[in-house]
Amino acid sequence: MKSNRKFVSGDEAVALGVRLARPHIISAYPITPQTIVVERLADFVEDGSLKAEYMHVESEHSAMAAAMGVSSVGARAFTATSSQGLLHMAECVHYASGARFPIVMMNANRSIAVPWSIYGDQRDSLSMLDSGWIQVYVEDAQEALDMMIQAYKVAENPEVMTPFMVNLDGFVLTHTYEPIELPEQEMVDQFLPMYQTGNKMSMDEPKSLCFSTSPADNQEFKVMQHMAMEGSVDVIRQVDAEYGKVFGRSYHGLTESYRCDDADAVLMTLGSVTGTVRCVVDELREKGFKVGVFKIRFMRPFPKDEVMALGKAVSKLGVLEKNISFGNEGTVFTNVNSALMALDTKVQSKNYVGGLGGRDITKDHIRAIFMDLLNHDRFEERVEFIGMGCEINE
Amino acid sequence: MNNFNIRPKDLTDQEYFYGHKACAGCGATIAVRLALKVLGERTYSVLPANCMSAVSFIYPQMAFTTNAIISPFASTGAMLSGVAAGARALGIKDFQTVGFAGDGGTADIGFQALSGAIDRGDDIIYICYDNEAYMNTGIQKSGLTPYGTKTTTSPAGENLPGAVTQKKNMFEIVAAHGIAYAATASIGYPNDFLRKLNKAKEVRGPVFLHILASCPTGWGSKTELTVELAKEAVDSGLWYLAEYENDEFTLNKNPKEFIPVEEYLFKQGRFKHLKEKDINVIIEQRDKKWEKIRKSWL
Repeated sequence: MKSNRKFVSGDEAVALGVRLARPHIISAYPITPQTIVVERLADFVEDGSLKAEYMHVESEHSAMAAAMGVSSVGARAFTATSSQGLLHMAECVHYASGARFPIVMMNANRSIAVPWSIYGDQRDSLSMLDSGWIQVYVEDAQEALDMMIQAYKVAENPEVMTPFMVNLDGFVLTHTYEPIELPEQEMVDQFLPMYQTGNKMSMDEPKSLCFSTSPADNQEFKVMQHMAMEGSVDVIRQVDAEYGKVFGRSYHGLTESYRCDDADAVLMTLGSVTGTVRCVVDELREKGFKVGVFKIRFMRPFPKDEVMALGKAVSKLGVLEKNISFGNEGTVFTNVNSALMALDTKVQSKNYVGGLGGRDITKDHIRAIFMDLLNHDRFEERVEFIGMGCEINE
Repeated sequence: MNNFNIRPKDLTDQEYFYGHKACAGCGATIAVRLALKVLGERTYSVLPANCMSAVSFIYPQMAFTTNAIISPFASTGAMLSGVAAGARALGIKDFQTVGFAGDGGTADIGFQALSGAIDRGDDIIYICYDNEAYMNTGIQKSGLTPYGTKTTTSPAGENLPGAVTQKKNMFEIVAAHGIAYAATASIGYPNDFLRKLNKAKEVRGPVFLHILASCPTGWGSKTELTVELAKEAVDSGLWYLAEYENDEFTLNKNPKEFIPVEEYLFKQGRFKHLKEKDINVIIEQRDKKWEKIRKSWL
């Protein structure tokens, strides 16, 4: 297979992936740490390597509204955001999924004010979990690039027609340089043909879109939206498998399991921290500890089957996440436990929350988590905050 | 120079906006219906949350026979740009992109997106139909509600005369962007409106049309007075017909004498409470405005 290796940041990988997907319009507003994505795309439009229009909008709210306008006539739209920008856009994020516009958006995971922080945690996108968007969390620059192409293929599937958010950890992924393989444009063009849809305003067949419904009809539309999201599970798996055949890389569908088969304890992760956990798993395995890591790639649709299968095989599960739903627990943890509830056997699970506001999650933290999991049969605490800098007085 | 005049009998018999659920005597429907007759069937309409979207898009009964979409409330300008860009990218030719936003959707929540769309120089037409309050939600004060108007959020009583602010000067704010073409209009002067629409259709770049559209429900006026009131607003000097193009303002109608403002105001429930001192404030504001207009636009 012909390929082209490049050394790029995660943001640049996203921009390269977007260029390969050939969107018609990029409507975007800059926000750290997403900025490089939209800067590179502007460069590509300028140098003619991307035949698209770069639309300078005045806010993230308008970025998504413009993207919806683009999608409403059947053209391909891209935007990118982060943190406060995603929240400013929130109204339109829900709107796009209800309208069934297959817009693809990159989100650079970043903490939410206040206190202000430009650094990464995942509270921004996880707060949008119920917005009706497909959500993937990638581990490295290569996966980021590949997912831009897969995202359009999944989103635009006639049975799915649901917008798609590709999440990259702020700075850890967006600004770290890594070698990547750049697919050939012709192969991408074959894999991802021009978007075709009936859900558009057309001169031949005029339509009214984004209409109102009375209570007599509204629920049916919402149920259809839900069914499309549930149905996207199979499409995601198929597209990933097909991508693997064509480009030589696939990502195991909705989750990726590493050394979990005979494990006594497994730590579940989201995003770039997976790489660090994988290293610790290898180290601990060498010392004879039977541990594994289970990467949750998709938060929506939620990989219920995969989580249940893991729950059947492993008795102790940790969930490591950079998110807290104040007054409860981490949102990923809630979702995992909800899937585990369907099992006959009771799995011991514990939530490890860390990395808020960009704090490092180190190998030491992860080793300590695995020891905590291995050394206890029951967990008195449901949620443990890892990497605390100081004691907080009660 | 092009003559953009269009005669009512030249208008198409085709209806692009009918079967809607608007109130009897609705002025905004007149604006939308006329606009589409001029802009034609190859038009994409974008409407934010407003009366016109509420009365014409209730599944499964759609009142637009041309392409139309409801945008988020704040997003008329941005979605217009997106639709235009998407259509252009797909190679669609000979089309119009028009927004129909209300006064609140334009001067308040939608202002940022409107400003952005003009700033981009996008080839779009933005029509603000101005009924001087948030009518759809039950007659609340907007940024274009005039001084002295009684609304449900600017009540009139012992302490206040209703709204205490003046109408935001949208026409000149928009003109200050250096927009390709902007104009004010009134459904009381349909020929003037038609000419401006016809011009808007030809102009390349952003266009803003601000049309006064009376609202019997919100104004507390008789349904049969809709057009008459919109005319009297102009004749009393409380609204004006003007254009902006190539860095120049033009006044289209310069009444020698205004009809008494009371004649216009007291036909409407929303002004019934006004006292002499409030009327004097209104006249004073009007005269000040017209002095400026006549000094610099004539």
